[in-house]
Amino acid sequence: MAAFDKVGAKRPTWSEEDGASRVPYWVFQREDVLEAENKKLFQGPVWNFLCLEAELEETGDFVAVSAGETPVIVTRDKDGQVYAFENRCAHRGSLLALEDRGNVKDFTCVYHAWTHSLQGDLIGVAFKDGIKGCGGIADDFKMENQGPRKMRVSVLHGLVFGCFDEDVDDIEDYLGEAVLERIERVLGGRKPVVLGRFTQILPNNWKLYVENTKDSYHASILHTFFTTFELNRLSQKGGIIVNETGGCHVSYSCVDHGETLDDDQKNAYKDENIRSDSDLSLTDMSLLESFKEYDDDITLQILSVFPNFVLQQIQNSVAVRTVLPKGTDSMHLKWTYIGFEDDTPEQRKMRLKLSNLIGPGGYVSMEDGCIGNFVQRGTKGAPDERAVLAMGGHSIETGTDRITEAAIRGFWTEYRGRMGL
Amino acid sequence: MNDFKKIAELTNLIGMVQARYAYAIDDGDFYDWPTFFIDDCFYQITSADNFGQGLEAGLMWLDSKAMLHDRILSLLEANVYERHSYRHILGQPHISSIEGDEVESETSFMVARITREGPTDLFATGRYVDRYKVTESDAKIMKRIVVLDSSYVDTLLGFPL
Repeated sequence: MAAFDKVGAKRPTWSEEDGASRVPYWVFQREDVLEAENKKLFQGPVWNFLCLEAELEETGDFVAVSAGETPVIVTRDKDGQVYAFENRCAHRGSLLALEDRGNVKDFTCVYHAWTHSLQGDLIGVAFKDGIKGCGGIADDFKMENQGPRKMRVSVLHGLVFGCFDEDVDDIEDYLGEAVLERIERVLGGRKPVVLGRFTQILPNNWKLYVENTKDSYHASILHTFFTTFELNRLSQKGGIIVNETGGCHVSYSCVDHGETLDDDQKNAYKDENIRSDSDLSLTDMSLLESFKEYDDDITLQILSVFPNFVLQQIQNSVAVRTVLPKGTDSMHLKWTYIGFEDDTPEQRKMRLKLSNLIGPGGYVSMEDGCIGNFVQRGTKGAPDERAVLAMGGHSIETGTDRITEAAIRGFWTEYRGRMGL
Repeated sequence: MNDFKKIAELTNLIGMVQARYAYAIDDGDFYDWPTFFIDDCFYQITSADNFGQGLEAGLMWLDSKAMLHDRILSLLEANVYERHSYRHILGQPHISSIEGDEVESETSFMVARITREGPTDLFATGRYVDRYKVTESDAKIMKRIVVLDSSYVDTLLGFPL
């Protein structure tokens, strides 16, 4: 019996002094951690990315998405505003929307036809007054305030974010100025067009993928495709930005005009025995053709918003990604590939070709889909052992160095604070 | 009657070509995969949802035989992933249009994936939406859109379907 009791034992502790430089593997394994995440993060005072505003053009347009593991409907109502609320009937909890997207006048539950407005208010109960004076709902039942829980919504440069907690900071403050500017850099004043949507099922805890997106250290080591074509070497110019609370970041690199790598830079990779010294060359280089889209030399910018949103610009390949937990050891990664309304056919084609770099089979992203599972499996028997995050010291500071784990430490700093772990 | 005979012949020819195609990926040499295409070909993997909504992006979006070759080159020489293989089961091609020596066909497929540390899993189902250039004894793919029934892909779609 004693052994069984141990299974239900209370969560192990995570020492203060570990800070964000040591992360115990049980945070990727425990059901009670996931339960707390759904409550304190995804339903708490954080901004969940929901969809693109461009997906809600007309009155009555809706998309069905998730905030963490909570199903959510996002709509555009007659007043032109965007609303978000739980995808859950006020009556007995059935899903209201059974399609991913569409256009509706209201949401009528299939189970007993209780009707909800585009703002998520309960507005109709079938046979409320019964039939011919018989049946009907209890006299004391009021429809007001019975509806599914609503989210506070913020639309930022065409990105729709939602939060279940009214007390959340305004999105601008939540992100901080530097991160905000980098969102504006990619999306500001432009009308995105959805080029395609794919969902990748990853057999790992959602936080392992989040760590990966914030990990500027691994990029040119794990992803050989990138390094081979010199799209991204750590020896290139670039840097990372971490916002004040830690949980939002930007990693970027720039092209060096006219400069080729000097021998020292080349040898840096050789000396470290990193697989980026091959003579591999593409037969059809049109794969990597790109056009000048921004007023700067940044060719790659990966931006994350706490807890689970990524905006990616790899040359002209622009996409948003949402990281959604599905249990402790599985997650969905939702990709939306984006173009812009004023793209020429040639520009559109370059975006589509560059998209070969991303997604479940992307030349540079395919390893990211696998690595989380390698960690999940590698740490299976080691819940109390800890990952080391000491590259670049222990800080979570912004800098011009990408051989650092500062952005990952930033995530854990904000995570620990919000989770009370 | 002539039509029937023609369609039967084409069904047989394309079926034979596709059997070799599946063999190349599952059991043969990956570098043979591009040889089933004309030089100026188009190959895309997308989902039924995207395809139905006319959304252009693909999980792979390659518009030359050279790019197909590069795909294999990168997978075998550059990319990092755990060892795995596919098993294709193809349906009979349905010939949907004949225009001179260009033939359109659709073929259902199921692909199982065998991973190093896992059982054999059903990995993908869908259909090939194809345009072939046909000669007496061969048919080359001008355009192949691999339309996955589901928009969900487990972990990795590295090798072509």
